[in-house]
Amino acid sequence: MAHAAPLPDRTRPAGQRVRRAILPAYTGLVVAYLSLPILVMILFGFNDIQGRFNFAWQGFTLEHWGNVFGRYPALNQALINSLTVAVVATVVATTLGTLIGLALTRYEFRGRGPLNLLIFLPIATPEIVLGASLLALFVSVAAPLGLATIIVAHIMFNVSFVVVTVRARIAGFDRHLEEAAMDLGADEWTTFRKITLPLIFPGILAAGLLAFALSIDDFVITQFTAGAQTLTFPLWVYGASRIGVPPQVNVMGTIIFLIAIVGIVLWVYLQRRDMSARPTTLER
Amino acid sequence: MPGWLRHHKGVVPYLFLLPGGLWLIVFFVVPLLTTASVALQEGSLASGYRLTFNFGIFPEAIGRWDTQLLRSLQYGLIVTVLAMLIGYPMAYTIAFRGGRYKNILLLLVILPFFTSFIIRTISWKFILADQGFLLGTLKEIGLLDQGFRLLATPVAVISGITYNFLPFVVLPLYVALERIDPRLIEAATDLYASRFQAFLRVTLPLSISGVFAASLLSFIPAVGDYLNAELLGSRNETMIGNVIQRLFLVNRDYPEAAALSLILMVGILVSIFFYIRLLRGQELTV
Repeated sequence: MAHAAPLPDRTRPAGQRVRRAILPAYTGLVVAYLSLPILVMILFGFNDIQGRFNFAWQGFTLEHWGNVFGRYPALNQALINSLTVAVVATVVATTLGTLIGLALTRYEFRGRGPLNLLIFLPIATPEIVLGASLLALFVSVAAPLGLATIIVAHIMFNVSFVVVTVRARIAGFDRHLEEAAMDLGADEWTTFRKITLPLIFPGILAAGLLAFALSIDDFVITQFTAGAQTLTFPLWVYGASRIGVPPQVNVMGTIIFLIAIVGIVLWVYLQRRDMSARPTTLER
Repeated sequence: MPGWLRHHKGVVPYLFLLPGGLWLIVFFVVPLLTTASVALQEGSLASGYRLTFNFGIFPEAIGRWDTQLLRSLQYGLIVTVLAMLIGYPMAYTIAFRGGRYKNILLLLVILPFFTSFIIRTISWKFILADQGFLLGTLKEIGLLDQGFRLLATPVAVISGITYNFLPFVVLPLYVALERIDPRLIEAATDLYASRFQAFLRVTLPLSISGVFAASLLSFIPAVGDYLNAELLGSRNETMIGNVIQRLFLVNRDYPEAAALSLILMVGILVSIFFYIRLLRGQELTV
């Protein structure tokens, strides 16, 4: 709770107790607001719908969980497309962004100002402008739209986010550790591999996760760069929303949601174990 | 490291920058320039386009779509203020009262990111539907009039956008508030500031960097959004994003769509510029 050992609640006057409960109660309400659509998504994956519309609750069924990948082959393909785009875009963008992050924090060079602007502007530009201008480029050079153009676009918007995330991590680390390694006879490459990379790895991992999450969920830029033939998961859902989204989409959404939760919990757990395993941590 | 590199150390940073920098130039800067050139062209998809430096397209586009442009700015402002009002107390609570629940609360804030943006928005459509379980129930027990509706109103669109970008507001606010030394607030109250005065004179000014980041992170995507207006709104809530999307992907009127994209981008940059000046002035007076 607060820093200055607060009085036990019993000894406080009732009015103050009520006042201290306002903020936590309010926070609970906002959390409920944030979770409501997710609960609806999960719940309606179990809805025993008659016909096409999944709007009103009509009874419980596990049917859609049983045939989640069996009903709509195009939806499966869309999901595969989404994963392909996200994996390729994450790997490339994380590599390119980490290199820029390293250059920005470890080297002196001219042109830092324009470079910072070049990294900041894509973040400050609305997605629709990014997507529309990429489409303008692709149309004017007559590039065929499809998976390749989606991947190119996703790498572009992810690079800036990776740079920002990695730079924050590198900025916080102690250069003396590298100097110590070099004093002990390590060459630059060994120092980078044994000292620098392990230290900034959590930053790279965080940036990679962010890039993956942004890429797999992107709708706007993807809609502009996909063309008519290629669909990703969000694009398929969007197309279906005009005639009624089948409950299989809710089930897939739930599965993705659960995987993300398990991943986060696992990551936090591993980090904790890592921290407690090293009595003299290099971090901080 | 090869020998020649060792003799030209100054080259190393540029080698690091080259691939990513080139990618951003080719797929961000060049497309913007292409957009500018497309905006200045005349013609049609069938007969082809010619660059005629038709600068008249800008006032024309603004004149034709002024309602949607203004509405987008207006919705963006309302969403930003709403998200700030909802998000600030929450970020404050997590930062100062979160204790050992801090990480769990932060996880709950970003929980929506684990589901698709589009599924979340469709979920809101379920929730707000005229006979959906929220309004349907309220109507059944007689709390609401049968004719009452939320879908296809500005309320639905604005609350949908606010929902989508709320986590972007809470996180930077939390980061800024978390950094504040609680002893500063204590010092203020020791010097006879009321808790409210301490908040206004110490906490709020110290968190202004978070307020700045949070408002940009909600304002920019909110102004350009078109999915919420499309799924939750009607023709009366059409935003500039819907217009650009339709002109580009359906009507294929590339010059006008390109012009509107540039107008949107410049409009946002100008708003940011004035906002920065406003905050600067604020800091001086506090």
